[in-house]
Amino acid sequence: MQIYLPIAEISVNIFLILGLGGGVGFLSGLFGVGGGFLITPLLIFYGIPPAVSVATAANQIVASSVSGVFAHWRRGNVDLKMGLVLLAGGIVGSTVGVWVFAWLRSLGQIDLVISLCYVIFLGIIGGMMLLEATRAIFRTRRKGAIRRSKKHQHSFIHGLPLKMRFYRSGLYISALLPLAVGFFVGMLTALMGVGGGFVMVPAMIYLLGMPTGVVIGTSLFQIIFVTANVTFLQSVQTQTVDVALAILLLIGGVIGAQFGAQFGARLKAEHLRALLGLLVLSVCLKLLFDLVIEPSELYSIMPGDL
Amino acid sequence: MTSPVRIFMSFCMTVLTFVAVESPIKRASADPLVVDLSNHLVAITTGFTGTDVLLFGAVQHEGDVIVTVRGPDQDMVVRRKERKVGIWVNAESARYKNVPAYYASASNRPMDIIAPQSILQDYRIGLENQRFIATSDNPDTDQEVYRAALVRNMQNAGLFNRRPAKISFLSNQLFRTDIHFPANTPTGTYTINVYLIRDGRIASVKTTPLVVSKTGISAEVYEFAHRYSALYGIIAVIIAVVAGWIASVAFRKR
Repeated sequence: MQIYLPIAEISVNIFLILGLGGGVGFLSGLFGVGGGFLITPLLIFYGIPPAVSVATAANQIVASSVSGVFAHWRRGNVDLKMGLVLLAGGIVGSTVGVWVFAWLRSLGQIDLVISLCYVIFLGIIGGMMLLEATRAIFRTRRKGAIRRSKKHQHSFIHGLPLKMRFYRSGLYISALLPLAVGFFVGMLTALMGVGGGFVMVPAMIYLLGMPTGVVIGTSLFQIIFVTANVTFLQSVQTQTVDVALAILLLIGGVIGAQFGAQFGARLKAEHLRALLGLLVLSVCLKLLFDLVIEPSELYSIMPGDL
Repeated sequence: MTSPVRIFMSFCMTVLTFVAVESPIKRASADPLVVDLSNHLVAITTGFTGTDVLLFGAVQHEGDVIVTVRGPDQDMVVRRKERKVGIWVNAESARYKNVPAYYASASNRPMDIIAPQSILQDYRIGLENQRFIATSDNPDTDQEVYRAALVRNMQNAGLFNRRPAKISFLSNQLFRTDIHFPANTPTGTYTINVYLIRDGRIASVKTTPLVVSKTGISAEVYEFAHRYSALYGIIAVIIAVVAGWIASVAFRKR
């Protein structure tokens, strides 16, 4: 059954889009990730214009983050103060990002930048995840002991001004740091149509030194508002948010996530991370491949009245 | 909706009586040419997957017929990819004005047999006789190559036809052809020209408009997104928040 998408201006197979949302929802339930980094490339592979894919994915992530944050909020796993500081950076970053997006689009380089961002980030994150998970798998096989790195190492980070106390995270660090992380992730949201959890979570753990327990909840809290901001700004500036597409992805995603979470409970955490790492790397390789091999059609067209 | 075939049949009957009555009186003036469409409006609804419009007509005296369908003009940018540091990036580009968003033609016999090249050029009939005005700031770009690339891309998108469609004559006087509009047909006002050609000269021309527009929910959503874009953005966010909340409640019950 075909449905005509009002903003993307193409007709798509309704079950294929539902299935795509479901598949990514399953993976996000399985791995506990937002899935934006998979939704956007898959929509582009399907033939949805990249600009619409990125903006609509942001809209869909609002929903998946809202549904995720409640559980963390009830357990007190949201560091509100940290979330707000990250958010301040995120709002500025995403606003700048939407502006950069429109500028690159007029230059005809937006597709390239989207692909390159994906290749770089997915490559780094996927590689690190896979490496870390394989180490963990071998370590638990050899012996139970897990060596922990020193927690309170002092570096240039602690010399930065504007220090703030974050009670929930037990941190006393410069506010500039979460602001910068938020700004950077906000830009990624606007450019890549991702929540940015896959960048923010490691940054929060390794750069800010936040305890793992509050990381997911706090990042979800921040992602809701940043993706909402991107949805709003893209609607106003580029009119590329397709509500019909977002709703289809949402329905599929919600159902898929339920199955994913149930299935995920049966797997070991290290195995999950290794699988996720592999998945991320394969999306990265596919995009890299498309950039490197000579395209069959060297020329592309675009209406010029943008 | 009345079926195109039935309209066509009743039209044929009318024309046949008309031809039977009128033919003894020979008119030296404009060659009679009657044309109509099964539908003057292509409505893009939520379930739109492309459609065919039937064009039918009658000529009083034998002749050849060419039909051209031209969508609204738009600016087009053609970009060429080049390998830079190992990856393929958009490099040079050319910009064209008055590129039709859709172009199709049809004829009962190959066009170059029907009419001399000069006529086809003057009337801009056929894809190769469309003149796209280059407004590129770079004069070095090879216009021929870019123009060919533009046409090729539009053909791949299904918006330019690869070769003229067939017009079939049912008798010496009645003709019909199907004009195909794909799922990605751009909206706007289309111009359909029907040329009656005899002895290598244009004997008669008929022009009829065709409107492609979105209707129903998808049209309203599009309209709303463009006119009240801020409100649209807010609603999009609210829908997502509510959907997420419902999902979390449903999830908790399990």
